[in-house]
Amino acid sequence: MKILVAVKRVIDYNVKVRVKGDNTGVELTNVKMSMNPFDEIAVEEAIRLHEAGIATEVIAVSLGEAKCAETIRTALAMGADRGIHVKTDEELQPLAVAKLLKAICEKETPDMVIVGKQAIDDDCSQTGQMLAALMGWAQGTFASKVEINDGKAQITREIDGGLETVELSMPIVVTTDLRLNEPRYASLPNIMKAKKKQIDEYSPEDLKIDASPRLKTLRVDEPPPRQGGGKVADVAELVDKLKNEAGVI
Amino acid sequence: MGVLVIAEHDNHEIKGATLNTVTAAVALAAGDIEVLVAGENCQTVAEQAAAIKGISKVRMVDNGLYGNGLAEPFAALIVGLAEDYTHILLSHTTSGKNVAPRVAALLDVVQVSDIMEVQSSNTFVRPIYAGNALATVQADDPKLVITVRSTAFEKTGLGDEKVTIETMEAGKNPEISSFVGQELTRSERPELTSARIVVSGGRGMQSGDNFHLVEAVADKIGAGVGASRAAVDAGYVPNDYQVGQTGKIVAPELYVAVGISGAIQHLAGMKDSKVIVAINKDEEAPIFQVADYGLVGDLFEELPALTSELEKQGIKPR
Repeated sequence: MKILVAVKRVIDYNVKVRVKGDNTGVELTNVKMSMNPFDEIAVEEAIRLHEAGIATEVIAVSLGEAKCAETIRTALAMGADRGIHVKTDEELQPLAVAKLLKAICEKETPDMVIVGKQAIDDDCSQTGQMLAALMGWAQGTFASKVEINDGKAQITREIDGGLETVELSMPIVVTTDLRLNEPRYASLPNIMKAKKKQIDEYSPEDLKIDASPRLKTLRVDEPPPRQGGGKVADVAELVDKLKNEAGVI
Repeated sequence: MGVLVIAEHDNHEIKGATLNTVTAAVALAAGDIEVLVAGENCQTVAEQAAAIKGISKVRMVDNGLYGNGLAEPFAALIVGLAEDYTHILLSHTTSGKNVAPRVAALLDVVQVSDIMEVQSSNTFVRPIYAGNALATVQADDPKLVITVRSTAFEKTGLGDEKVTIETMEAGKNPEISSFVGQELTRSERPELTSARIVVSGGRGMQSGDNFHLVEAVADKIGAGVGASRAAVDAGYVPNDYQVGQTGKIVAPELYVAVGISGAIQHLAGMKDSKVIVAINKDEEAPIFQVADYGLVGDLFEELPALTSELEKQGIKPR
């Protein structure tokens, strides 16, 4: 069984994001970039399935500018077997990414695609479901457990109010939730080994996909600041303020 | 042409989030609003939906295929109805997020996720970077799929008059998925995203057992109980308690953060609450910067004291 994992290069989750002065976007120059944390979980899950003898090959795909190759190397250092880089400087939105991934799936015929449930930059939470739709495959979104048996997948999903389990016919798309696993750190020898692993490159044109953005960003603003910092001395004052000043209890 | 709102429900009761989504649909000013109720034995839900003010029709599909909201048949059904609408709206909940992109991709149109404001029928404000920035976006596709952030819109009321309920046939089953089971966390307390008051505990609670202190306060004021990611990761409470960037986004009238330091990821999930209370022993904790009422103290003393003070003052759940 072949698994394809899609990994996105995003601003590191520890970085405080700043809106650009001209309100055209957020500051990306000299900012630390990393693999989207949910995609790390996707890579980890694929590698575990490989280690368990269920998967035979793990391919890491990233789409975007030249530096996405670093993100692919990170996945290779974690244990993916080879990489695919769809290289473009154009802004890629979820529907375009799903179409490009579909083109890759048609070349590689994986049995499973694993992606993060959302990217922490645009917070769209769309790509996995869109890919599943375009392929006509079933989807196991927000997965906290993945089990494969006899060509079927049992996926436990995190839903509002609890957990749900669905059974899906392969091939499938899985999107990862936080509790699926804890991603490993790449060891130094594995980082060295990853440098020798193969990364194939394509352009959207090679794949015959129109990847131009369809959603225009008119402006980006800082959210309105919140005035806080008020203090109370004890619970009696707190209850009094909540009752008589704020009127919320 | 008009707007289709996909109702969220459990086959018995319509979820409150649907009423917020209808408000966003009204703001689009893009024609008649119809509500789709797809489920199994969901007649009561359709009747509740028919009383929503401002809508013109309810379309109901009552079939076992839709009893559990499986994305594959549900998306296929919505796509089959899409011709009649310029906008298809879902709530930005786990079920809305599951189905909406599938619909958008099958229609080859853009999805606009998690909108907080409608500026026109094609221009919206939505949070990016967990709400650390707000993007104003415009979509020119002939049809749009949109998910709506419930806390950013008021709930539409229910009226005495009921609109027509049109019963429809089920769509095709792609036959690639089936429902196995569900484990819902049972609670007598209000659901987090719709609660008027939320009391959350963080790592400062030190154990899952100590959450009874949070629950005691919550029950005095009719609050839902939440937690920070740190408390969830430490295994004190289940994941669906989680308030924050990667958990639930809440904006209640009153949010009480207990033993929560106020990491960016938590603030992203609750900073739109009307009134914020923080109880923490570390007076430097970032949570105090967003709190209207901060109480510096040991939660193991302050929480029981708060419970008895609420009792003493005769405060009851509203």
